[in-house]
Amino acid sequence: MIYDVAVIGAGVSGGSAAMELSKYNLKVVILEKALDAAMGATKANSGIVHAGYDCEPGTLMAKLNVEGSAMMEKLCENLKVPYERCGSFVVGFDDDDKKKIEELYQRGIENGVENMEIIDGEEARKIERHLSHDVKWALYAKTAGIVSPYELAIAMCDNAVENGAEIMLDFEVTSIEKKGNFIISSPGKSIEARYVVNAAGIYADKISKIAGAEEFEILPRRGEYILFDKKAESKVSTVIFQTPSKMGKGVLTAPTVHGNMFIGPDAQDMDDKEDKSTTIEGLNYIKEMAARSVTKIDYSRIITQFSGLRAVYSGKKDFYIKNSDMLPGFVNVAGICSPGLSASPAIGVMVRELLQKAGLEMKENKNYNPVRNVPKPFSEMNEEEINEAYQNDSKYGRIICRCETVTEAEIVAAIHSNVPALTVDSIKRRTRGTSGRCQGGFCGPRILEILSRELNKEPNEIVKSDKNAYIVDSRLREDKHND
Amino acid sequence: MIKVDVAVIGGGPAGLAAALSARENGAEKVLIIERDARLGGILSQCIHNGFGLHMFNEELTGPEYADRYIRRVEQSDIEVMLNTMVLEVTRSKTIHCINSDRGYITVEAGALILAMGCRERTRGALNIAGDRPSGVYTAGSAQYMVNMQNFMPGRKVVILGSGDIGLIMARRMTWEGAEVKMVCELMNYSAGLNRNIAQCLVDYDIPLKFNHTVVKIHGRSRLEGVTIAKVDEKLKPIKESFEYVECDTLLLSVGLIPENELTDNLQVDMNPVTKGAVVDETRQTSLEGVFACGNVLHVHDLVDNVSKEADIAGRNAAQYLKNSIERTREIKVKSGENIRYTLPNYIRTDIDKLDIYYRVTKTIKPAVVDVYADGVKLKSKKLLVLNPGEMETINIDIPVDAREISVEARENI
Amino acid sequence: MKKEMEMTCIVCPVGCVMHAEMDGENIQVTGNGCKRGYTYAVNEMTNPTRMVTSSVLVKGGDMPLVSVKTKEAVPKGKIDEIVSLIKQAEVKAPVNIGDVIIKNAAGTNVDVIATRNVG
Repeated sequence: MIYDVAVIGAGVSGGSAAMELSKYNLKVVILEKALDAAMGATKANSGIVHAGYDCEPGTLMAKLNVEGSAMMEKLCENLKVPYERCGSFVVGFDDDDKKKIEELYQRGIENGVENMEIIDGEEARKIERHLSHDVKWALYAKTAGIVSPYELAIAMCDNAVENGAEIMLDFEVTSIEKKGNFIISSPGKSIEARYVVNAAGIYADKISKIAGAEEFEILPRRGEYILFDKKAESKVSTVIFQTPSKMGKGVLTAPTVHGNMFIGPDAQDMDDKEDKSTTIEGLNYIKEMAARSVTKIDYSRIITQFSGLRAVYSGKKDFYIKNSDMLPGFVNVAGICSPGLSASPAIGVMVRELLQKAGLEMKENKNYNPVRNVPKPFSEMNEEEINEAYQNDSKYGRIICRCETVTEAEIVAAIHSNVPALTVDSIKRRTRGTSGRCQGGFCGPRILEILSRELNKEPNEIVKSDKNAYIVDSRLREDKHND
Repeated sequence: MIKVDVAVIGGGPAGLAAALSARENGAEKVLIIERDARLGGILSQCIHNGFGLHMFNEELTGPEYADRYIRRVEQSDIEVMLNTMVLEVTRSKTIHCINSDRGYITVEAGALILAMGCRERTRGALNIAGDRPSGVYTAGSAQYMVNMQNFMPGRKVVILGSGDIGLIMARRMTWEGAEVKMVCELMNYSAGLNRNIAQCLVDYDIPLKFNHTVVKIHGRSRLEGVTIAKVDEKLKPIKESFEYVECDTLLLSVGLIPENELTDNLQVDMNPVTKGAVVDETRQTSLEGVFACGNVLHVHDLVDNVSKEADIAGRNAAQYLKNSIERTREIKVKSGENIRYTLPNYIRTDIDKLDIYYRVTKTIKPAVVDVYADGVKLKSKKLLVLNPGEMETINIDIPVDAREISVEARENI
Repeated sequence: MKKEMEMTCIVCPVGCVMHAEMDGENIQVTGNGCKRGYTYAVNEMTNPTRMVTSSVLVKGGDMPLVSVKTKEAVPKGKIDEIVSLIKQAEVKAPVNIGDVIIKNAAGTNVDVIATRNVG
């Protein structure tokens, strides 16, 4: 089998590209080194759909942000991905900040952002009652929203597979050779494709290099976050930025689409592309910074803390999305840091256009279905809907995760979905199981049993996230005599 | 729609005793709703001994203690729904629940007893920095894996927190061949029983490090180690004391929180100290006909006390149905100096004697407990020691015209 | 022969720190607050005993394990042997609470019995 296009990386960029390409009569394969989609920069970021006032006018970032953000609502509706247009503030504390806010406003106008206004602190507090009293000015952007980034990437991959694409998990690309077609290999396996899309996130530089395409550098920039319980009293309802600095958009306080609140991220340039640990200093810093924007953060309601690595292009501050001049048929989609998530729907379209420019012919796939056929989460069903779901599958009657009300039926469905959930964390990202306030204390061991049963694996072969993240060491008592 | 006199949510020690007591005191139709496949609650996984000394005058294991009650429930006409999760409870005492045998079920109850127990505090709540590998479990989850699922979580273990579950798991894991390297305790005392420290740690030369905590978790896939640190008087980690300890398993035994998610729907008054409902001497919450007992009300250290409390709640739920709880007054029971909380929080009926349960904020040795009624000393009791980990009781005579009762503890000089 | 032990008393919540010394038949205990503490210290010196609670593999049951205990406390020195007997043992469902799983474990005259029903 020779694929038309191999997409390396199943994050929002790769997922968007694959989904866009599945609208055409192409054989597409997504190659992902992890055991799930969305495991890189997509997994741990702020989940903000930016209005688009922040980017330098004339950059790809500015263009794709505004385009992507405009596409997001409809896309999420089709893909059944939680999205909410909650609006955002950039808050300022003094005259200097006000100047910056005015600059942002002007930039927004240039970038074509609609529905922005500059308001004073008092007016802002009427909209967001948790804003600190030190806030003097705010840029209010009503088009900004929030989305679940990992669910978006998984849904885009899922939709691509539903429409004919394939996904290969646990496929870590170690070599790319061009012999007419591209031969792309992972230890013990290889595939052949006519075109390659390099959406390898933090490792896009490495992939471009081993393929023999342009050499550039992607720097990992870590951001730490603290996530709060749904019942935290200081829960905000809008995204609150501070005026931006050199290192990024500053520490923000924002709601999540699942009704939680988070604070973060900080910005640390790293040497290690695998270091997603949180630090005492980092966590303290974001607490300190967040306290400037909002009043009374309820630290007794912390659920968890995590960090993510942004993939930052070392050259000019912009995305690096282009056809390779050195290696025809190879498209680099690199440096997709913020506002990459907001831009992602538009990134897929741009990749498709680049492939067409590179000579890939494509005809529309008449059977393409943009709507993802997934049942409503149990937690959102009413009595009637629950009864109906239960009649079809009695596993809807067994709640596994009590904090987030997730049923066995949903967990089993996730395991056997287009992008199969092979790990406990994969189930979390699809169903929310283990993500609540008990953090899997109750349901974790039960999900382990379900995974073991459905995947027909020994319990010690079931992992939390990657291949070495085993959950149990062994059975306590082995059955010695098999009679 | 099912109609019952008393619905009990939770079939652990509190729910079992409450249901039995409600039935024995005249409630005709009593229903226990339990989310697990069996009755007994957390006792099922507590296979160690030490339960029932007060209640049965013998030392039972958890499953044996539960069995005493389960048998009585089985012999009664109390209805039990297993594998059933309650989704919502309304203020009109309608319970919406679901199970895999019957689907969606609505239960209408004359009186409701909350007995949902508690859950464990997690790593997130402690705000420990570092990686997020597998191998970090609450002690209770690990206990479930070992004792219920036949799984061995890991081989080299560090335990954070010296609560009883953590201590018990230290011995359990040692017996199963794991190397338990240490138990770190943030405070300078243990919340666990002396007996468990002696028999689960000292017997196996497992060090108990007071004023120590885990500050960082290492391991990108599976846990590889933790950084521990000594803390100062303000409980802040001392940088110079950081020490790396290699381990593949970290067990957290750092406290329990009443599981009051369902209670939130009911909008009853809550006690921010116990994180449970505010109740009067009948164990009735601020919403009439809704009672609470066991760890959902406040976290207990002895199951015997859970059973006693549940007995009160069950009896009063039956009384409530007969319209025989008459609220004639409202005496507030206050926590005075060195008292973390008391139970009940109010006295509302015409009783003349009451057992007040209380917990102190710190170790006091030797101690005196004083009870005042509107500022006048009612009773004093001397004790050799008062520990924050142990719930105590004091029996008082209630003056007829009392308005406020206050409990205080101090050192006996 | 001389023997010394430092221990925390477990008899009551006070938790007295006791020191016990044995010289032949003669045992001296200091630091104890009461008579019960003295008895505990002497027992710990001469014949410390403990309960063993663990689990035994069940075949064909609705649970994989049955919880078990030694019916009485056994000498501390026998714990290892009893624990390894428990690890080797296997029973078939159904098991009833109180069933003897291992008779006269490690020659202690104490049985290991089931502490729950497994159907």
